[in-house]
Amino acid sequence: MNHYSGWKNALIAFFLLLSALYALPNIYGSDLAIQISSAGDASIGEQDLATVENTLLTNTVDYKSIGLSDNRILIRFESSQSQEQLSTQALLKATLSRNYVVALNLAPSVPQWLSDLGGRAMSLGLDLRGGVHFLLEVDMEAVVAMSIDRYYNELRSLLREDRLYKSIRNEGNSLLVTFKSEESKQQGKSLIKDELLDMQIVEGSESELQLSLEITPAAIKASKSTALKQNITTLRNRVNELGVAEPIIQQQGSERIVVQLPGVQDTARAKEILGAVATIEFRLVDEKNDLQLAVNTGKAPAGSKLYYFKSGRPLLLKTSVIATGENITGASSGIDQNNAPMVNIQLDGPGGRSMLETTKEFINHRMAVVYIENKVETVLEDGEMVKLRTKTQDIINAATIQGTFSNRFQVTGMESARAARNLALLLRAGSLSAPIEIIEERTIGPSLGADNIAKGFLSVLVGFALVLLFMAWRYRVFGLVANVALTLNLVTIVAVLSLIQATLTLPGIAGIVLTVGMAVDANVLIFERIKEELKSTSNIQKAISAGYEKALLTIADANITTLIASIVLFSFGTGAIKGFAVTLSIGIITSMFTAIVVSRALINLIYGGKKVKELAI
Amino acid sequence: MSLKSLKIPNIDFVNRRHLAMIFSAVLLIASIVSLSVQGLKLGIDFTGGTLIELGYSQTADLEEIRGKLNEANYQGTNVQYFGSDTEVLIQFEPQQVSSAKLSSSIIHMLGENIDVRRVEFVGPKVGEELTNDGGLAMLYALIGILIYVAFRFEYRFALGSIAALVHDVIIVLGVFSALQIEFDLTVLAAILAVIGYSLNDTIVVFDRIRENFLSTRKVDPKPIINDALNQTLSRTIMTSLTTLLVLLALFFLGGEVIHSFAGALLIGVVIGTYSSIYVASSMILALGISKADMLPSEKESKEIDARP
Repeated sequence: MNHYSGWKNALIAFFLLLSALYALPNIYGSDLAIQISSAGDASIGEQDLATVENTLLTNTVDYKSIGLSDNRILIRFESSQSQEQLSTQALLKATLSRNYVVALNLAPSVPQWLSDLGGRAMSLGLDLRGGVHFLLEVDMEAVVAMSIDRYYNELRSLLREDRLYKSIRNEGNSLLVTFKSEESKQQGKSLIKDELLDMQIVEGSESELQLSLEITPAAIKASKSTALKQNITTLRNRVNELGVAEPIIQQQGSERIVVQLPGVQDTARAKEILGAVATIEFRLVDEKNDLQLAVNTGKAPAGSKLYYFKSGRPLLLKTSVIATGENITGASSGIDQNNAPMVNIQLDGPGGRSMLETTKEFINHRMAVVYIENKVETVLEDGEMVKLRTKTQDIINAATIQGTFSNRFQVTGMESARAARNLALLLRAGSLSAPIEIIEERTIGPSLGADNIAKGFLSVLVGFALVLLFMAWRYRVFGLVANVALTLNLVTIVAVLSLIQATLTLPGIAGIVLTVGMAVDANVLIFERIKEELKSTSNIQKAISAGYEKALLTIADANITTLIASIVLFSFGTGAIKGFAVTLSIGIITSMFTAIVVSRALINLIYGGKKVKELAI
Repeated sequence: MSLKSLKIPNIDFVNRRHLAMIFSAVLLIASIVSLSVQGLKLGIDFTGGTLIELGYSQTADLEEIRGKLNEANYQGTNVQYFGSDTEVLIQFEPQQVSSAKLSSSIIHMLGENIDVRRVEFVGPKVGEELTNDGGLAMLYALIGILIYVAFRFEYRFALGSIAALVHDVIIVLGVFSALQIEFDLTVLAAILAVIGYSLNDTIVVFDRIRENFLSTRKVDPKPIINDALNQTLSRTIMTSLTTLLVLLALFFLGGEVIHSFAGALLIGVVIGTYSSIYVASSMILALGISKADMLPSEKESKEIDARP
């Protein structure tokens, strides 16, 4: 009685050793580091490493070590070298091509043998390491409106061939078609059915010569999901341009995107870059028509449209577009011969051809660059939530075409160097396919992060120590056994968190603290039960065994119900709550193992199979 | 001193349950009145809005900050110290025309050399969703628990435990309302944890009540329940004490951010301990629990007794 077989003890010891091994990476600190990764899909290899090493050598940069692993290069610095870290980042950013992302990072200094075994330190949440969290929402109404526009054009060209329609009107969510005759209507209907698979006739909208068409729900769903995916890709490009180590960009639900940027401090710039839905268009200036007349009447002549400079100066531009942001393959900022900021632009094939034709034909005409930005924000107005959409279209510059050019040229007339840099970045990273809105932002400064770690750690330590003392005082030898179990529980929780790389947050630490308090409950239940048994029997071994057996079911019941509550928490989970639920759930499960199995093994080793006169309980 | 020599206490819990009922009723009514009169002081997680925490190198001048904010025409702001007088918390109500931009402009306005410790912006839509989701989470947790307890025990036990949980949640909410402590997302998490904790306590007592019903020939449920309460009393107190110890550590050392989280748990653990002794057992007694109700699970219990 009260004896675990050798293999059972060995298994327990094996599990505990494994836990200790995978908890181990957390005791090593982390190094200041620069991380170089690929901006695209290309992999980073030995050759890149050599290039970087060369650059560091020629610029006599002092660093601790450099290494290539997990498709990234890490340059480590001593903790006193924060200046070197910053200057080296600037140096590498300037020398390396744009295919690389050069970011500041904190790299855990886990020894090689341990990381070879898969040992990694816990990943800390933004509230512990500092950084920015954004929740972005894609304006899906705008997505639908844009697809209606697209189908409007398709429908027109479809029905135009046989001149079937009299008019087509865009009514927001549907297209109202008026046909020429009953016959053409029938013909049109069958054409639409065969060719425009994504459109359907609005039920009950059909009258003698008219019918309304709407986009099928399936097509709406598809275009929404495409818009979301495109936006995620664009955001990823932009974040790469910002240079952030270990960013998280994820879809959340059907219309939201989470962006987490650990370590980013300049949130204003991050917001500017992430949220901007900017593109540019190149248009010819309408030199023939009367500008003043158009301004006075507010009506532009056919084939032209009225635009304004940021200063308010008006200009008539032709409606046909030479090239748009989508034709841009490269952009960089610089300074022109007059020391004014400018943006160098490269176009793709079709864009270049169109530009060449235009500049040939319209030499000595003026060409304008229009900057277009779509913004959306939700505000409270008289208690109602209203979506405000704003579209700004500013002329950046209008310059005379001096000679023919195709796919390489400059845009001047930028407001500031910063504006030029931002525009170049946005053009490079691509434009968002639909406006997005920041609906949640959480920024934690580095000082608060460090504070949170220190305070969290201290409260775990103090709470833990208090419980250890209390248990030892109340249950003596058994209390000490419970304390060993509790300590091992803490180690196991850390090991599991490190292994599954769950993010540790401050509420997560609170969850660990709470688990410490509650984990002893299982032992308390068992010990109280043993005490009770001791009153009715003089057989000490039997009392121990009965105490464990009888308490088992109660412990299981109590823990399963708590587990239900924490699983609900997890599934509900936004950040803070999820972190708490994760550590609480893990703590409950590991505590069942340590408090029941490990403590039993220890008690068996101490008392099992021996003649015991009295229990120190 | 060792407590091991102490005998199992024999406190007459059951006959004092009317007193406890009055006590609970008073607390519940006070809580409900406070909740319906002044409600909860909801944090920006639920209302939407912007919050900025700033760190100054010396004592911050709140009046100066308020002045600057007024000058710039920011309405509905709340400026206060946060934890110490070098840290300042500024809260903005959802602005008429506002966006995540607000935080950038504020930081710019208040000047350089200030450490921006935290910025939180929650859009009105997100806040509304969180409020709904929070209520739903609570409901789902209760339903899940109800099903599990009804399945493992009996429906009267399930109702008894739910009564205790609702009791605990209302009183914790009542305290937050009465003292006008800010109710944010972490407090919601704490309340859900209280549900888990209080239930844990209740289940242990119920387990013992069931066991006692099955091991005795007596029919009167009152002494059986009372014995169960007394037998589990020292465990109930021990576990509450260890949990309270760590919560006190968290409350005093964990920092401002989880202050109200720890506070909610402290209140919840005390109330939860009380309710598992008085509320849950009074409830099953009132619902008319009897030995006959335990019989379906007798086989299972015998199996346990038969084990070595």
